[in-house]
Amino acid sequence: MSTPETTAAPTASPIPRAAAIALGDDALVLSHRLGEWAGHAPVLEEEVALANIALDLLGQARVLLSLAGDEDELAYLREERAFRNLQLVEQPNGDFAHTIVRQLYFSTYQHLLYAELAAGGGPFAPLAAKAVKEVAYHRDHAEQWTLRLGDGTEESHARMLRACEALWRFTGELFQPVEGVEVDGKRMETAWLASVGEILRRATLSVPEGPRSGAWAAGAGRQGLHTESFGRMLAEMQHLHRSHPGASW
Amino acid sequence: MTTTHAAEAPPPDAPDGLQEHFDATIARDQRVEPRDWMPEGYRKTLIRQIAQHAHSEIIGMQPEGEWITRAPSLRRKAILFAKVQDEAGHGLYLYSAAETLGADRDDLTERLIEGRQKYSSIFNYPTLSFADVGVIGWFVDGAAICNQVPLCRSSYGPYARAMVRICKEESFHQRQGYELLMTMMRGTDAQREMVQDAVNRWWWPSLMMFGPPDDASPNSARSMAWKIKRHSNDELRRRFVDMTVPQAVKLGVTLPDPELRWNEESGHHDFGTPDWDELMRVIKGDGPCNEQRMERRRTAHEEGAWVREAATAHAAKQAARAERGAAA
Repeated sequence: MSTPETTAAPTASPIPRAAAIALGDDALVLSHRLGEWAGHAPVLEEEVALANIALDLLGQARVLLSLAGDEDELAYLREERAFRNLQLVEQPNGDFAHTIVRQLYFSTYQHLLYAELAAGGGPFAPLAAKAVKEVAYHRDHAEQWTLRLGDGTEESHARMLRACEALWRFTGELFQPVEGVEVDGKRMETAWLASVGEILRRATLSVPEGPRSGAWAAGAGRQGLHTESFGRMLAEMQHLHRSHPGASW
Repeated sequence: MTTTHAAEAPPPDAPDGLQEHFDATIARDQRVEPRDWMPEGYRKTLIRQIAQHAHSEIIGMQPEGEWITRAPSLRRKAILFAKVQDEAGHGLYLYSAAETLGADRDDLTERLIEGRQKYSSIFNYPTLSFADVGVIGWFVDGAAICNQVPLCRSSYGPYARAMVRICKEESFHQRQGYELLMTMMRGTDAQREMVQDAVNRWWWPSLMMFGPPDDASPNSARSMAWKIKRHSNDELRRRFVDMTVPQAVKLGVTLPDPELRWNEESGHHDFGTPDWDELMRVIKGDGPCNEQRMERRRTAHEEGAWVREAATAHAAKQAARAERGAAA
């Protein structure tokens, strides 16, 4: 077993900058969206849980962006077209069902991705090994709520169906190749479909039938092409930092 | 000390010896626990105080939560997230403590939303710049610590224990708030102006957090006799001023009170009189943000109703399935 591949220090290879930015932007943007829930959650326990998940994601974003440069410069001084996050994570919170479905789709993806990166021994392995534990919790949280809402009342069921449908078309881009991220996209996609499909089935929800990406959406976020609400989100996020150039906080 | 407690006359149906036992527990500085007999007035006062305290944590998430999406660095954003999360956690501890007295969390929430129970007056002031986040940490958490550290010795056990945990976290937040202000004071002129402006706006409301002056605080004497409360409003207010003045000097900001000076004789600071009319107006619902804070809380509660109903329905289905499984 002691081949040169397995004994090589995993941190030895340099971190691919583009990949660190893409994965860092995913975490940064979703963390921000979850921050918009503060004080609006349906129960107190969810105030804690959503802030907790947001804080984990922000921590991941800070590590990843710091690998690519200065975290604040990258977060606050890039324009919309330079962000490389998935369109899925920038989608507005909508109702609690939308937030949960977005979280289910993304956490399942992120869990598969980090598990694979952790096992792969590449430059992201140490970071992925830590993050995968956090993400397992996020996925579990989303799964539990998917079951409660899907198999809850008529209203919650209907809201979940709408959310699943509405966000479905953003899930195709999860498996587009990202420069510097060495994973088997096809295999991940199969695993993702199986996992999400199983949870939706247990939640008495149907797997949406629509396309998972349109001609306009596939891989667009990764190329800096975003949906309209994203610009407004960035305006709010960056306003104060940009108003005081060079200031430290 | 045994003569200072103002025990209520025992209700006619209080079994023999219980009132005496309660009085002796208080007199010996021992803790009253949920299953102990206690006078109805003691129970009610505690429920009111603990609920009000819990509500303050929950409403208190709003003024700072305002700035999560605008925090100017990722580090500050993480700190703010953690703080707001802690506040929700403090609310949870406190509602649990209130429930040991027979109160019901849903009922307390209803009371808050209907305006039948209060929360701290301070959260009715707006956060208008990022320096407010630091000043809230420094003043508001500082005042809360002055208030709450003595409550760690409160006569009601579950409340005192909740306070121990809360105080540890609060003092951490207070230091972080002060550190933000320090950083800003070392920054640009615009940042320094933001800090001074925030200090000017929050100083008097922070002094009002300790409540009305002693001679106008009807519940105080009884709460002190029961050792629910350990110090009078004015005493805690003075303690806060003495603690804060040297911190202001170190920071390089002016506290907006021309009467503020050290009094050699008393060994304390003399300071001006807060605008008690303003405090009364804010408490009665006529502060700058009362309306908006309550509206936000009410909306979150109402818009979340379908989620809570779904969780309840799902739990019932699960239970029914488990029962069917067991019967099969």
